[in-house]
Amino acid sequence: MNILEVENLSVKVEGKLILKDVTFSLKSHQSHILFGPNGSGKTTLLSALMGLPSYEVVSGKISFMGVDITDKSVEERAKLGMVISFQNPPEITGVKLGDLLKLCLGKSPIARFNEEEQKLIEAFRLTKFLDRDINVGFSGGERKRSEILQLIFLKPKLLLLDEPDSGVDVESLRLIADEIQRYVERSGSSALIITHKGDILDHIKAKYGCVLLAGKFHCFTHPTRIYEEIKKVGYEECVACRVRKTEGWKFEQGK
Amino acid sequence: MSKENELIKVPHKILEETYKAGMEADEKDRSGTFYHVDQSTVYSKVNELFQGKIELMDTKAALQKYSWLEGYMWKLVDKNKDEFTRKVAEDWSGGYFMRIMPGAEITFPLQSCLLITRKNLEQRVHNIIIAEEGSKAHIITSCVQHSSVPDAAHLGVSEIYVKKGAMLNFTMIHQWSENTLVRPRSAAEIGDKATFVSNYVCMRPVKNVQMYPAAFCNGTDSTVSFNSILYGHTNSLLDIGSKAVLAGKGSKAEMVSRAIAREGSKMIIRGLIEGNNADCKGHLECRGLLLDEEAFLQSIPELIARKKGVEITHEAAVGKISEKEITYLMTRKLSRDQAVSLIIKGFMDVGILGLPEALNAEIKRIVEASAEAD
Repeated sequence: MNILEVENLSVKVEGKLILKDVTFSLKSHQSHILFGPNGSGKTTLLSALMGLPSYEVVSGKISFMGVDITDKSVEERAKLGMVISFQNPPEITGVKLGDLLKLCLGKSPIARFNEEEQKLIEAFRLTKFLDRDINVGFSGGERKRSEILQLIFLKPKLLLLDEPDSGVDVESLRLIADEIQRYVERSGSSALIITHKGDILDHIKAKYGCVLLAGKFHCFTHPTRIYEEIKKVGYEECVACRVRKTEGWKFEQGK
Repeated sequence: MSKENELIKVPHKILEETYKAGMEADEKDRSGTFYHVDQSTVYSKVNELFQGKIELMDTKAALQKYSWLEGYMWKLVDKNKDEFTRKVAEDWSGGYFMRIMPGAEITFPLQSCLLITRKNLEQRVHNIIIAEEGSKAHIITSCVQHSSVPDAAHLGVSEIYVKKGAMLNFTMIHQWSENTLVRPRSAAEIGDKATFVSNYVCMRPVKNVQMYPAAFCNGTDSTVSFNSILYGHTNSLLDIGSKAVLAGKGSKAEMVSRAIAREGSKMIIRGLIEGNNADCKGHLECRGLLLDEEAFLQSIPELIARKKGVEITHEAAVGKISEKEITYLMTRKLSRDQAVSLIIKGFMDVGILGLPEALNAEIKRIVEASAEAD
């Protein structure tokens, strides 16, 4: 069973075609890893799936849990259970992290966090940031921790994570990755995770990986295997390799 | 303490409006309460817990009581500054005199209210505040025009003295009507190691406000902060400035303005920091949000340095609400309207006013209620 089906998706950003005829699907209850060099269109893909403005879908179809969401707004997609973490989230003056976390939980800003929520905030080392303006003066790691915690509080069915491991220290990385894994496992949700690094694979149990290169998908196989290949021979060579032919594509390639 | 009249004589309906502008009905949470309605002081009372620590009375009564007070009148504000100061000098109906006694720490805010209930009235007041050496106090003053009153004007002269080592946090809330002309003329003098925080909150429509309060940081290590939260709508004209003159060694000034303009309102936010001592610092921050195409917003920061070591900076940003911020919040399941409302509320963050918790919550409630009313 697939949670997401993408058919022949083409996406333009500022008039320039970034993704061309992309077809793939994501499995329910599974984490998927997306590799690709800088500028290959990974962020564009996640943004287009979430329906962010300025990512123009010029053709193709996106179905989420059997619902065609191609023309749905960001808010509608979020309410259906799709969430995204931002690589560079905006700073919003005066909007407190604590208030935003409560909104993510569906609580009013005057409500209190329950014990379990408090524990998770503490685990994310964000307790002393609750009264701070969202992302204002946050370090790279603090932003990432805040992003992931917000997503977990939203109780999503599909997490789109744009480099949750970039710019974070070893401890934060372990924390973030373990919490993502714990959430995905417990809730039976799915994830699509962009990464450039292998460390996150030690914590997140993902069986599916692929490479996005020049706006096209390649090389669907086990993520650890892809990562080892990329390290050895680089993206281009990896895409050109024959492994995929012997192992078969683990991502279902749609039609 | 002087107690000219009973608050009970003020019609209940009018009092209710003042509560919306920050006045506290239950006086046990206030160190003192003062009401000047139209042209007379109707109520002036110090909470018994603070007897001997505060003096609160009408300025005219205070002038009768203390001959030395003459020396504080028209010392910081020039009588001939403009037609409005001249009018107040010619004929005035009183105002508040507040004196925080030396070393007194006033843990509850002092509240005062200047209220207009009569049509075509030109209210003219002269206020004097003296924070004596080492004292500490918060003052909240609400200026209200009763909503049933059409045209009126308020001309208010305020002279504020913050003496050595004193801390005074002064919050003024304006709740005028669409027909009020408002001309406050204020100045403060800040002594050695003294701190003056001047907050201004204007959330309701007003016809025309123009003010440019000045702070003279003459004392060594004296500090002034001007903070304002302004919400301009329905053709309001707000020309709000603040000026800090840094003369004392190690003196500091900080100005933070947050302005929202919509529906034909015109807002000009000015700020001037003048560094006259080699060892002084200042920072000016102005941020404005334009909610529609009918409104107008202008920021005019001015920095003057007269000595080599002066360190004065400013940052200003005016424009519409960032789409990126709206989208970000929409990915967190908020609708577009909820996202915009959250951003606006956050933008008018009362946290910048440096108020104690109880007062902070109250001003927050006023600001949010005004923002939601539209």
